[in-house]
Amino acid sequence: MTRQLTFSQAVNEAMAISMREDADVILLGEDVAGGAAVDHLQDEEAWGGVMGVTKGLVQEFGRDRIIDTPIAEAGYVGAAVTAAATGMRPIAELMFNDFIGSCLDEVMNQGAKLRYMFGGKAKVPLTIRTMHGAGFRAAAQHSQSLYSFFTHIPGIKVVIPSTPYDAKGLLLESIFDDDLVVFFEDKTLYTMKGEVPEGSYRIPFGKADIKRSGEDVTIVAIGKMVHTALKAAGELSKNGLEAEIIDPRTLSPLDEDTILSSVEKTGRLIVVDEANPRCSAATDIAALVADKGFDYLDAPIKMVTAPHTPVPFAPSLEDLYLPTPDKIIKAVEEMTGSELVI
Amino acid sequence: MSQTQTNQTTISKEEATWMFQKMLEIRHFEDRVHDIFGTGILPGFVHLYAGEEAIAVGLCAHLDDKDYITSTHRGHGHCIAKGCDLNGMMAEIYGRATGLCKGKGGSMHIADVEKGMLGANGIVGGGFPLAVGAGLTHKLKKTGGVAVCFFGDGANNHGTFHEGINMAAIWNLPVIFVAENNGFGEATPFHYASSCKSIADRAAGYSIPGETVDGKDVMAVHEAAKRAVERARNGEGPTLIECVTYRNYGHFEGDAQTYKGEEKVKHLDDLDAIKQFYTYLTEQDIMTEAELDQMDADVRSAVDRAVEFAETSPYPLPEQLMEDVYVSYKTDGGATQ
Ligand SMILES: Cc1ncc(C[n+]2csc(CCOP(=O)(O)OP(=O)(O)O)c2C)c(N)n1
Ligand SMILES: [Mg+2]
Repeated sequence: MTRQLTFSQAVNEAMAISMREDADVILLGEDVAGGAAVDHLQDEEAWGGVMGVTKGLVQEFGRDRIIDTPIAEAGYVGAAVTAAATGMRPIAELMFNDFIGSCLDEVMNQGAKLRYMFGGKAKVPLTIRTMHGAGFRAAAQHSQSLYSFFTHIPGIKVVIPSTPYDAKGLLLESIFDDDLVVFFEDKTLYTMKGEVPEGSYRIPFGKADIKRSGEDVTIVAIGKMVHTALKAAGELSKNGLEAEIIDPRTLSPLDEDTILSSVEKTGRLIVVDEANPRCSAATDIAALVADKGFDYLDAPIKMVTAPHTPVPFAPSLEDLYLPTPDKIIKAVEEMTGSELVI
Repeated sequence: MSQTQTNQTTISKEEATWMFQKMLEIRHFEDRVHDIFGTGILPGFVHLYAGEEAIAVGLCAHLDDKDYITSTHRGHGHCIAKGCDLNGMMAEIYGRATGLCKGKGGSMHIADVEKGMLGANGIVGGGFPLAVGAGLTHKLKKTGGVAVCFFGDGANNHGTFHEGINMAAIWNLPVIFVAENNGFGEATPFHYASSCKSIADRAAGYSIPGETVDGKDVMAVHEAAKRAVERARNGEGPTLIECVTYRNYGHFEGDAQTYKGEEKVKHLDDLDAIKQFYTYLTEQDIMTEAELDQMDADVRSAVDRAVEFAETSPYPLPEQLMEDVYVSYKTDGGATQ
C-alpha cells in the first residue's frame, strides 16, 4: 500500500528533509517549538506549532535551528529577510496569514524588492509559511485567504497546495528556491490524508495540475476549492457534463498555458476561489482568459467566490460564505443555460 | 519601580459588593464556557480569563460608560468588568443573532461600544494604538474620560506597544496601559521573550510612571488603578501598570499546558484571587460570609440563565451576511454566491 500522510505531516516532513539536507535551513516563528527556556522542557517542545505542524522538529534539530520568537512579526520576519540575504535559508512561520498586517513592510518593501532595487546583487531565499482559510469558526481576523495580496507584489512567489502530495513537493521547492516564497496552508486541510512518497521530491513552480480531465467546462480552483470543485464535477458528470479541474498550485508564477489550452478545449471557464472577489486571484485568472483566450469562449466567464464581506463568526453565516458544490453547479447552469437535475 | 503595598486602603461596602460580584461573574462565566466547550458544541477558539479577574475588576471599578477600554483575545473578563450583558456575551460566543455583535464577531471580537468596550481583539498588540486613539478623542473633546488598554505579557514585545505608549506620552493622553503578566504568551515564557525584568521597567523608556502590582490581589490593583485614573483625568498623562497574574486554564481550550510547573497548584488554591478577596472582605468585616455566599449562588444562576438564553436564541439570518460591511453601501457580494 502506498504511504498515506496528513497534509500536516507532509509539511512537517518537507521541513525536516530540507533541514537534514542543508544546515542553513532554520525555522523561526511563535511557538514553533514552544516552552523555550522552561527548565523541565529543554529541547522538548511544548507545542510544535499552534496546530502541531512543526512537532518533533526541535527534538531533532535543537533550539538553535527551531527558533521560538517573541510575538513580534515585524521583528522576526524582517530578520528572516536579511538572514536569507546574508547566507541562511530561513523558513519563517506567520501563524495566520491575517497577521501580515503586523509585518507587511518587511515582506512587501524589503524582502520582495531587495533583489530588484540592488540591481540583482542580492537574493532572498526565504519561505514564509502561513495558514489561511475560512470554515474553522475562527472569525474575521483568523480566517482570511490573502494570497492575492502577495500575488500583486512583484518579487514574491505564491504557492497554495491542495493535497498532502503537493504540499510536500511544493514546500521543498519553496525552501530551496532562491526567491521569497509565501507558502499557504489551509487550516481545514491539515487533517486531510493522501499519498505522499518518502524522501525528497520537488514540484516545480508554474506548473498547474489537472486534477480531473473533462471536455465541457474548465474549472480553475485554488487550494481547498479544488476539492469543492471535484465534488461538483462528480455531480455534473451524472448529468453528462464533464468538468476539467485545474489546480494552479502556484499563483506566482501562474501556468497560463495549461489554463488557456483547457479553455480552448472546453469553451467555458469558472474560477472558484474562497477569497474575497475584488482584485483577486479569481479576477486575475478571469482577466487572463478574457485577454488571451477570448476567442475560445462559448459563454461568459463565471467566478464562484466568497462575498465581499469579512468572514462572519456565526456558523450559519460562515457556511454561506464559502463556495460550495451547489454554487458551482448553479454557475454551470447559468453558463450552459441548462437546468441540471441534481 | 515601586512595589505597591497591598491591602492598605479599605473600600466601601458598595464598592466591595460590585467588585466581588464582577469577579464572580467572570469566574463562573469562564468556568461554564470551559465546561461547555468541552462538550464540543461551541464554535471556534476561546481564551479564558479565569484566574485574572482581579485585574479587569480592579481597573474597571474606577471607570464609567464614557471611559473606553481595549482588550485582547482573552477578552471575556474585560467585557464583564466593563458592564457588558452576560446574556448577550454568551449568545455571541454561541454565534447567535442575539449576541452583542449579532453573532458575527464571536469570542475573540466581543464588543459593546455603548459600554465603552472597544472589542476583544484577535490581533496581539492590536489594542495599543486603539487605546491611544480613544484617549485622543477624550482629550480633544475634553470629556474627562480615559482609555484603558489591557494587554498580555506577550504583547509587550510587539512594536505597537512601543509606538502606542510613546504617542500617549508625547501627547499627554489619558490612557492607562495595563499589562496582564501571566508569565506566558501561549507556550512561551515571559522571561524568555522579553529583555526586561518587569514590563513596568519599560515605562522609564517613555518617561511615564510604571509600577508592578500583585494582579491576584484586587485591592492592590484597585489602588494602583485609582492613582493612574486620577492622573489621567487630571491631564497628567499615561501610566503603565503591570499586574502579575496567572491563567487558570490553558492558552486556549485544548492546550495541554506542559510548560506550566508546580506553581499551578497554589495559584488555583491559596493564591486564587477570589479566595483572597473573600478572606479580605470577611476578615475586615466589610461583608459577611453569608452575603458573599448568597452572591455566589445568585451569579451561578445568572450564568445558567445566560446559557439558556444563548441556547434558545436563533442563529443569524442569511441576509445578515451582507449587512454592516459599510455604513452607506450595501455590498452586492461581488461574484456568484
Ligand atoms: C499579531 C498576532 N500574532 C500572533 C497571534 C497569535 N497569538 C494569539 S494569543 C498569543 C499569545 C498572547 O500572549 P499574551 O500577550 O501574554 O496574552 P495571554 O494569552 O497570556 O493573555 C499569540 C501569540 C495573534 N493573535 N496576533
Ligand atoms: Mg501572557
